[in-house]
Amino acid sequence: MTTRANLIILGLIALALIGLPFILKPYGIFVLSMWAVMSIAALGLNLTLGYAGQISLAQASFFGIGAYTVALLGPLGVPFPLAFLAGGILCFLIGWVLGYPALRVQHHYLAFVTLAFTTLVFLVFRNEEWLTGGIYGVSGIKRPVFFGWSTTKAPDFYFFTLGMLALFSFFVWWMIRSPWGRAFIALRENPVRALSLGVDTRRYTLMAFAIGSALGGFAGGLYAPLVQFIEPNAFALGLSLNILLMVIVGGAGFFAGPFLGALISVLLPEWLRATEGFYLLAYAVLVMVLMAFCPTGLMGLVEKAGLALKRRTKLSEAKAP
Amino acid sequence: MMPVLEVSDITKRFGGITAVNDVSFSVAEGEILGIIGPNGSGKSTLFNCILGQLTPSSGSVAVDGRKTTGLRPCDLNRMGVSRTFQLLQVFPQLNVRENLILAGQEHEGSMLSRLLGAPDAGLSAAANQMIDFFQLSRVAEERAGGLSYGQQKLLDAAMAFMAGPRLVLLDEPAGGVNLTMLGHLKERLKAINAEKGATFVVIEHNMDFVMSLCTRILVLAEGRIIAEGPPDAIRANPAVIEAYLGH
Repeated sequence: MTTRANLIILGLIALALIGLPFILKPYGIFVLSMWAVMSIAALGLNLTLGYAGQISLAQASFFGIGAYTVALLGPLGVPFPLAFLAGGILCFLIGWVLGYPALRVQHHYLAFVTLAFTTLVFLVFRNEEWLTGGIYGVSGIKRPVFFGWSTTKAPDFYFFTLGMLALFSFFVWWMIRSPWGRAFIALRENPVRALSLGVDTRRYTLMAFAIGSALGGFAGGLYAPLVQFIEPNAFALGLSLNILLMVIVGGAGFFAGPFLGALISVLLPEWLRATEGFYLLAYAVLVMVLMAFCPTGLMGLVEKAGLALKRRTKLSEAKAP
Repeated sequence: MMPVLEVSDITKRFGGITAVNDVSFSVAEGEILGIIGPNGSGKSTLFNCILGQLTPSSGSVAVDGRKTTGLRPCDLNRMGVSRTFQLLQVFPQLNVRENLILAGQEHEGSMLSRLLGAPDAGLSAAANQMIDFFQLSRVAEERAGGLSYGQQKLLDAAMAFMAGPRLVLLDEPAGGVNLTMLGHLKERLKAINAEKGATFVVIEHNMDFVMSLCTRILVLAEGRIIAEGPPDAIRANPAVIEAYLGH
C-alpha cells in the first residue's frame, strides 16, 4: 500500500520534471537545472551528515573541485564524460583523506576541520592563477555533446542533468537500503555499540565522507557547463553553508530531504525576488521558524503528519464495531 | 580442553589509579561465569580491556588460544565474541528487526558484498527467530527508541546473540529490569547456553540473579580478585561480605 502510494508520487514527480521544460521559459529551465545540480550536492552531504552523522562544511570545496576539473580538462581535449568522472573520483579520494580527522574529532570540532579545508581549497582556487585563472575564473565552458546529441540548449542540458540526478538518486537509494545504510545510521546513533557489533566504524566513516564528497564533485562537474563561467567566490564557505541548510531544512537523514531542501534554497530566492532587498530577510525568518518548530526539517514534518494520520485511522478502526 | 577465554595478568591504570590490578582467570566452553564486586571495583574496565575498547596497561587476553590484545572490538566480534553494555545501547531510530539485522550483518562477507547483496543481508529469518525467542514479536516493527526499558534490555541482549557468538560478555543485564522480565531474561540466557553451547561472562549486582544463573563466581574488589568459586561458597566467604559491607 505505502510502496504503491510512493511509486505513484514518484511517477507524478517524474512526469512533472519531464514536462516542465516544455512550458517554462529558458530562465525557468535554468533554475530547474540548478535545482537538479544542487540536489546531487545535497544528496551527498545528506549521506555524510544525515545518515552517517559526520558534519562537513566542505561540500562547497568538492563542488568546486568537480567544477574546476571539468572546466580545466575540457579545453585540453579531454572528453566530458572522462573529465566528469575524473572530478568525481578526485573528490572521492580527497574526501577519503578528509575523513581521517573524523576518526579523531566529532561534531563542532569536525565542523572546524572541514571549515579549514574549505578555506584552504578556496585559497588554492583564488591564488593559483596558473592553474585556475585566479579571480578571473574560467569562462566559455562548453556543454557536452553525446553521440551527436548537443546539450548546448537549456532544455537539452536540463534533461542531461535530470538523467544524472536520477542515476545518483538511484545509487544513493540502493546504498541506503543495503546493509550499508543500516551501518551508517548505527555509526550516527552509537559508534561504540556499532563497533562492538562488528561494524568497522573506521571504514564506514571514511566511506561516508568519500562518497558524499564524490557526489559533491559530480554536482560541480554539472554546475560548470550549466553556468559556463566559474570563479573562486562561488565555492567559498557561503555555498557550504547553503548546502548544509538544504540538508537541514529538507530533513537530514530522510531520503527525500535534500531534494526538498534544494528546491527551497534554489526556488525561494526566485519567488521572493519581488520583495527586492527583503528576500534574504524573509528567507532567514522562514528558516528560523521552521527550525524552531520542526528541527527535523520538512521531511520530519511530513513524517509527523503521517504518524498522526496512522494513529487516527487506528483509533477510528478501534471504535468501529 | 582449551579455555574459550584466557585472561592473563591484566592491569589497567588511568593516571595514578589502578582500575584493574593483575587479574587472571579463564573461562571454559559452555560455562556461565559471574563477576561481582562493589561499584568501582573494575568490572566494566576489565570487560573493556578484554573486548578491545581499552588497551590494557599490561597483560594479555586470548580467545580460543589466539591472542587478541590489540585487536579492535569489531575484529573480536567477527571472532565470535559479543557483548552488551551496562547502560542500554540499542539504536533508537532503527526498528527492532533492523537493530537485530545490523547486529548480525557485519559478521560475514566483505564491504562490497554487503553493498551489492540483499538489503536484509539474508538475516530476516534469523532476526525473526530471535524476535520470537525473546518474545518481541508485538513490537518487531516499532522503533527501538519507543520500546519500554525492559523490552529494550531484551533487545539489547538479543542483539548480542545475532551473530551466533561463542562467547558473550553481559554487563549488568538485570539492571533496571522488573522481576517478571528478569525471570524471562534468565530463562532465555540459560536456554541459549544449553542449546547453543554459548559461553557467558556476566557482570551483575543483582545477587539472586547472578547466584541462580552462574556456575562459578569471581569477586573483584579494588581491581583485584578477592574470591572465586561456586555460588554457595561465595555467599559464605567472609572476604566477600567484608568487601560488600565495608569496614
